[in-house]
Amino acid sequence: MQVPAKFAYERADSVPHALELLERYGPEARVVAGGHSLIPMMKLRLAQPEALIDINGLTELGRLAVEDDELVIGALVRHAELLASTIATDLFPIFRDAERVIADPIVRNRGTIGGSLCQADPSEDLSAVFSALRATAVIQGRNGTRTVPIRDFHQGPYETAVEPDELLVRLRVPISSGTGSAYVKVERRVGDWPVAAAGAVLRVEDGVIAQAGVGLTAVGAEHFCAPEAETYLAGRPPSPEAFAAAGRIAAEHCEPHTDQRGPADYKRHLAAELTRRALAAAAERI
Amino acid sequence: MRITVSVNGQPHTRDVEPRLLLVHFLRDELGLTGTHWGCDTSNCGVCTVQLDGVPVKSCTVLAVMADGHEVTTVEGLERDGELDAVQKGFVECHGLQCGFCTPGMLLTARRLLDTVPDPDEGQIREAISGQLCRCTGYENIVRSIRWAAAAEGEARR
Repeated sequence: MQVPAKFAYERADSVPHALELLERYGPEARVVAGGHSLIPMMKLRLAQPEALIDINGLTELGRLAVEDDELVIGALVRHAELLASTIATDLFPIFRDAERVIADPIVRNRGTIGGSLCQADPSEDLSAVFSALRATAVIQGRNGTRTVPIRDFHQGPYETAVEPDELLVRLRVPISSGTGSAYVKVERRVGDWPVAAAGAVLRVEDGVIAQAGVGLTAVGAEHFCAPEAETYLAGRPPSPEAFAAAGRIAAEHCEPHTDQRGPADYKRHLAAELTRRALAAAAERI
Repeated sequence: MRITVSVNGQPHTRDVEPRLLLVHFLRDELGLTGTHWGCDTSNCGVCTVQLDGVPVKSCTVLAVMADGHEVTTVEGLERDGELDAVQKGFVECHGLQCGFCTPGMLLTARRLLDTVPDPDEGQIREAISGQLCRCTGYENIVRSIRWAAAAEGEARR
């Protein structure tokens, strides 16, 4: 029987209240929402926070809407809600691709977008998705909000730009026309963490790639992206050859490790091939 | 911490430790052992219950998180002595062998039919994909849920 160590439990009734609680309990407190990363870690005693601040009641963090030229996704939006949102998945099919293969429908009912990003697991799918989309994270503290480009948000395995007394409140994703996106993942069995995965976002203007976003999961890519491949693609016409070359470049610049999910050379092969496939699928959707 | 959880329409007030998991609250505090306790790692789904109508794995939800909310367990499916259509479907189509995964399957099936009254096989398989049947009796589980959908469709006509 797996039982978490003892902790104090507080329920936040507003964002300022959550921030006040975080300040009161200090760095050994953790925010809990869906809890589907944190509670299993607590049961295994890999995490032993002194206090949990429950933010499930903060409905203001559950908004999912287009505001001006951005898609705004509240930190408390559940995976199932993002997958069911035609607004989100029509604008960015990469969300549909990724959410369909994150865990299983019941886990997706509970787990949250903010929780996934803040967990910052190197194998977590949405980190690469938001990195490919060049999203912006909005972080709130006692002194107001600040924005962090998602590629500065992840600072290492399980480390983010969110300070102990701050809260990730939402993600903002820029919307622009002429854009296609896709996510391709290889896992050992349905619902598993990826052996490797790649996301692609392409914006084409006048027959050439104006901007490319390439996200990589579980292959040791810094900030979950492949900037060298993106630079290579910019200014070129979309083509199978260009996508294959971008895949090779992405694979060269990542640092996969051998683990129970597969050997490093296989993961590097997947980085190239899945990048190529994601780019091709994204181009089809423009 | 004092919590009040509505389980199958009945409010239950208990003093619990914040670390108590919902599955153990249901089984040990309330004696509702129809909710089974399996892998303890949110993989197998036998502990699935509905929280405010939505299936969740109760081994990964704290009981305190259910404070003020509505939980439905397998014990709450029967109404006025009559089994729910999904329960009847499992009886009719041999949807259970050992029965370990059955309560969770029933609650997921109930939610599926509440949101998609006439699901095709793919939608059913997708809906139950977070739950493991140790007997590998998926064919009959799918058939049972189809039976329930047809029975409810017939009743609506």
